[in-house]
Amino acid sequence: MIDISGLSYGPAANPILQNVSAEIPAGRVTALIGPNGAGKSTLLKLIARQMTPAGGSIRMDGLDLVQAVPAVLARKMAVVAQHLSVASRVRVRDLVGFGRWPHSAGRLGPADHAAIANAVELFDLGGLQERFLDELSGGQRQRAFIAMAYAQDTDWLLLDEPLNNLDLNHARNLMAQLRHLAEAQGKGIVIVVHDLNYAISWSDHVVALRDGQVAFQGPVAEAATAERLSALYQTPVAITRLEGQVFAQYHR
Amino acid sequence: MADRRLIVLGCLLAAAAALFLFWGLRGPTAYILELRLVKLAALLAVGASAGVATVLFQTISQNRILTPSIMGFDALFLLLQTGLVAGLGAAGASRISGLPGFALETTVMLGAALVLFTSLLSRTRHDIQLMVLAGVVLGVMFRTLTAFLQRLMEPSEFTMVEARMFAQFSGIDRSALMAGLGLMALAALWLVRHHRVLDVAALGRTPARSLGVAYDGLQLRVLCLIAALVSVATALVGPLAFLGLLVTSLAHSLMQSHRHALLLPAAALIGALILVAGQTVFERLLHLQSTLAVVIEFCGGLLFLVLLVRGKIR
Amino acid sequence: MADLAAPNTAAPRRWLLLAAVLLVPLALFSLLVGAGPLPLDTLLSDPQALRVLAVSRIPRTAAVLLTGAAMAVAGVIMQLLVRNRFVEPGTTGTSEAAMLGLLAVTLLAPGAPILVKMLAAAGAALAGTGVFMLLARCIPPHQVLLIPLSGLVYGGLLMAVATFIAIEGGLLQYLGVWMSGEFSGILAGRYELLWLAGGLALLAYFAADQFTIAGLGRDVSLNLGLRYGQVLGFGIITVSLVSSLVIVTVGMLPFIGLVVPNLVSRLMGDNLRESLPVVAAAGAGLLLVCDILGRLLRYPYEIPAGTVFGIFGAAVFLYLLLGRRAGG
Repeated sequence: MIDISGLSYGPAANPILQNVSAEIPAGRVTALIGPNGAGKSTLLKLIARQMTPAGGSIRMDGLDLVQAVPAVLARKMAVVAQHLSVASRVRVRDLVGFGRWPHSAGRLGPADHAAIANAVELFDLGGLQERFLDELSGGQRQRAFIAMAYAQDTDWLLLDEPLNNLDLNHARNLMAQLRHLAEAQGKGIVIVVHDLNYAISWSDHVVALRDGQVAFQGPVAEAATAERLSALYQTPVAITRLEGQVFAQYHR
Repeated sequence: MADRRLIVLGCLLAAAAALFLFWGLRGPTAYILELRLVKLAALLAVGASAGVATVLFQTISQNRILTPSIMGFDALFLLLQTGLVAGLGAAGASRISGLPGFALETTVMLGAALVLFTSLLSRTRHDIQLMVLAGVVLGVMFRTLTAFLQRLMEPSEFTMVEARMFAQFSGIDRSALMAGLGLMALAALWLVRHHRVLDVAALGRTPARSLGVAYDGLQLRVLCLIAALVSVATALVGPLAFLGLLVTSLAHSLMQSHRHALLLPAAALIGALILVAGQTVFERLLHLQSTLAVVIEFCGGLLFLVLLVRGKIR
Repeated sequence: MADLAAPNTAAPRRWLLLAAVLLVPLALFSLLVGAGPLPLDTLLSDPQALRVLAVSRIPRTAAVLLTGAAMAVAGVIMQLLVRNRFVEPGTTGTSEAAMLGLLAVTLLAPGAPILVKMLAAAGAALAGTGVFMLLARCIPPHQVLLIPLSGLVYGGLLMAVATFIAIEGGLLQYLGVWMSGEFSGILAGRYELLWLAGGLALLAYFAADQFTIAGLGRDVSLNLGLRYGQVLGFGIITVSLVSSLVIVTVGMLPFIGLVVPNLVSRLMGDNLRESLPVVAAAGAGLLLVCDILGRLLRYPYEIPAGTVFGIFGAAVFLYLLLGRRAGG
């Protein structure tokens, strides 16, 4: 479980996050939702230790993240950032291989090679293995980075808007993979998503942010109601059921 | 023409010139005065042509940070000079010094600059950063080639070239000065007639053409003008990379106008003022030798970095 | 040791082999070229020729190889740390800062031993590079060309300060010597510091993976548990030391650190574990070619290797710049 309490970030006069407390369950897919500028990515980056909070604490399975050593954290959680601009020319296979760095420090054993091959297979990168990152499309590069994070084989996986560059097929596949990882391997998955339908149909748990504060949180079925979502986005959102699936309807 | 700011600038320049001429004047007055007059004329010519050339260059490249020197114009001039001496030998080169030598140098410079920079401009038109970086590297290459040629030379040829390498405001060639002033007069004449069309050209190629300006021909002529003006400045005192940038930034912030009728005279006056005032302070007050160029380079470079970090160049 | 590239090491090995095969005859040829003739047939029986070989030719060839390799490695490290293809110690103010430090120590303590001078230069280079890194942080990384541009202007700024001090202190000739890298003065006893530069390049190889990961950015590095700050610090120290060592012993050599890594990266990418040996070998080989050319073009006079490389390097750099768009 990730236990966030009293978290704040940014200048006191104009905070980006203010007194955020949330519980993110282990072994589940949790979606961070909310309108633009609500602080979703900031919260994810604070959990990922890419930034240091101004106040409050984050504990991951009892481990205080503010105090933790990078090498320990890297075996605990893997992060995929939103912007993946890479200037250096690295092959896809080597990039995925770097996901094993926290375990092997560069000396890859048979287990590492198996993990790399598995990640390449799982994220449909077989044909791209020998290509350089700068030769890939945005979506392909995204998949390569997600594969690297997967190869890291951690209890927690954090993804910042992973669907941004993906087409329908790969987006759906990714969400299915993430669900599978949570259900079969008990990994905790935290994602920032914009598409409300992906959030409510694939995740177990939501944390909704608005203006740097938690608007509501809880299991999807209980928390994501039409009233709450409408208030969150300041847009009428209806929840409909179609063939056993839940849909958020807000187009017109 | 009677813009108050220009008049103030003119008065300041006149005061600086008077100070330069008459401060600490003693001994053989007539002789010293003549020496100082030549030097003053050179300072005025260099400052004015650097300022005007930079404004023109910024107009045809449509940005506020390029200067002909950043793009390697003066490095090209030095390379041509060195190449001329290397090709003709010291004896041949000294035979064509003075006015014909200056004319030859300027003609060669015009041709080379046109070929090089029209191709560079057309290749990098949409990418200012690429253009600047390519220009900087081109400048480095010209300088290295110059050094290379110098290594191939006889020592007597080398001393001949070496005298022209550093920006120095002493030892000015009078015939080159006269030729340079003549060239500047021609340039001024052209600009007086054509400054309005430059205002339109500054909008860019497509808008200017849709307004009926024969842009490509104009650009060619302006490039010629720039090459000539840079030749004047570099022939007289050697390379000064950032003087033009300093001058145009000041001119723009003072005049707050896109009109060349205001910008060009302001740039000429400011360029001359910086050099005359700076040289007066350096020579008479601080008694430093020939380091004004270095200080100008420092200030101009600093300005460039500040503009860059503050996002004015993106 | 199974490394990251285990499934496919054939291609990199081939490049390394090629570089090594070309380096050996080049080095042998370099031993034979010089102001005095060195007859091959009587070489081993002629004590005079052996002395020339031991005192001048072998040190010179070794110096060129070490310098070329170390500068190329410094360049590639700089490119990964700044995450920009177009930087090297000569375009980040590192070399100019080192010269400033050297100038200061020459003015303040003219009799200081060369190691002290080197350390002063390295300290200044470290500070200068640090300031550049701060400057580069103000520029978003996708402004690819702005970073080398600001570096060049920043270097010019430091150079203006150095020129001012040199003119006032009457040290302009020193500046001229430091600015043009050449190997004609290399004799046994005068170049040994360069082994240190070579050693640093070797040390960098052991951190090859760390540098490659750092090249993927701070976020990825942190995610993989890398101590990003430490890698950055180690890289900057290595680059500063290498640059200062080279400037103190042979003078500034621009473009090697820029051109060589770019060429190698085009062929085999930026996984340093694979490419660093090739980068080093290519840097050594190219510089040696330039040095040999400089010795032959105007025999028996010499053209500095730095000048020869400057022309070649600037041309290649321009090609890389202008061909970038066309190549995608």
